[in-house]
Amino acid sequence: MNPALGLLRREIAIAWGRGGGLMVTGGFFAGATLLLPLASGPEPERLAQIAPGAAWTVLALSALLGLERLFERDYEDGALDLMAHASLPLEFTCALKCLGHWLATGAPLAVLAPLAAIALGASPALAPLLFACALAGGLAFAFTGGIGAALSLGARRGGLLTAVIVLPLFVPPVIFGGGALHAFDSGLPWRAGFALLGAYAAAAVAVGPLAMAAACRNALS
Amino acid sequence: MTQALAFLYNPHRFMAFSAWAAPLLGALALGLAAAGLWLGFTAPEDYQQGDTVRIMFIHVPAAWLGLFVYLCMGGASFLSLVFRQALADAAARAAAPLGAVFTGLALATGSLWGKPMWGTWWVWDARLTSVFVLFLFYLAYMALRAAIDDEAKGARAAAILALVGLVNVPVVHWSVEWWNTLHQGRTVFAAGGSRAASVFLVPLFLMSLSYMAGFGSLWLVRIRGEVWRRRAAAAEARLAR
Repeated sequence: MNPALGLLRREIAIAWGRGGGLMVTGGFFAGATLLLPLASGPEPERLAQIAPGAAWTVLALSALLGLERLFERDYEDGALDLMAHASLPLEFTCALKCLGHWLATGAPLAVLAPLAAIALGASPALAPLLFACALAGGLAFAFTGGIGAALSLGARRGGLLTAVIVLPLFVPPVIFGGGALHAFDSGLPWRAGFALLGAYAAAAVAVGPLAMAAACRNALS
Repeated sequence: MTQALAFLYNPHRFMAFSAWAAPLLGALALGLAAAGLWLGFTAPEDYQQGDTVRIMFIHVPAAWLGLFVYLCMGGASFLSLVFRQALADAAARAAAPLGAVFTGLALATGSLWGKPMWGTWWVWDARLTSVFVLFLFYLAYMALRAAIDDEAKGARAAAILALVGLVNVPVVHWSVEWWNTLHQGRTVFAAGGSRAASVFLVPLFLMSLSYMAGFGSLWLVRIRGEVWRRRAAAAEARLAR
């Protein structure tokens, strides 16, 4: 079998299977969405105003969940060492790991996000854009998140550190996606925000693997 | 430029250079701050902002320095990552807390200015937010450095993070144009010449130079401290053998 394809299947299987996968991220997503009306009051008008933004925020937070497992387990059991010496470049391996992570958790969350927004009272017309934003944003979250996960290899309390590193990197995609959603909601041109979100995702896919591979080599050295 | 850097790479020459450069820059910073503050406090009140315009002499240079220090930190990280220069790593490490203080000062003074002028301590305007993000980048850098026990590994991981964070710097800079909401647009470097009156520009200029010199002085002092700390650690390791 093609080694790249095999690696991708392995990553998806790990992200999806062991440790709950979608059950965990989906459960977190649903739980965090549930807390919002409980915390801010159930008045439909007010909820509807913040629904798209809330779904978008919860999506960004959910993207943090699986990150610590992205490299940590392979680092501990030595698989990452093997990958660093395999025929595939480590940059490509890191990109495949993030892609697998996104396919297993980010893409299913993109289906859940419009449901959550509609449940909170957002207009159903918003659903396609939110789905598209969540897909592109999820890709950006996975690839920037991977940088944080790789950097905190070998650190004390790596999982928490990953979140501290990654959340500032999530700011631009959250702004762009939130801007596009807000503009669509108020009938303004939304394409600019969405295009910027896509650009950020593309840049993350292009640059992220370089930083991840450098960080992995550093941790393994 | 590369020759100047090559000169400073040598720790002995750096220590000899910084031994007189740091106090000199510090004295320069104090003198410029005295002049800038004097002119700032004797400047007439702004017709719109009143007395609060004086906060700008503290706030604007701090915000500039917050960005500038990040550029210095990124440059030093690049040198330490690519050319494996130990002194460049010491410089990056020494710059981070200084940058965090400047961004924190910019946020705090901006907030003090915002209350009388905008009627609120904080607004989620893009520019304020991106300075806040810059502050978080400094925190993340320092947290990552502190969390990795192996010093060499921690240094390289932090350098990678600093370079990744450099992506954020243009976002800070151009965010005014992207989301021009409540924060006023550029005044000093606006296209077609500055729009600020010279009674305000001169003290602002002096204060910026003072901040710059102050940062240079503190940076050198901190790098010296880092060099001493490493020498002490090396001596300790020698003794233990």
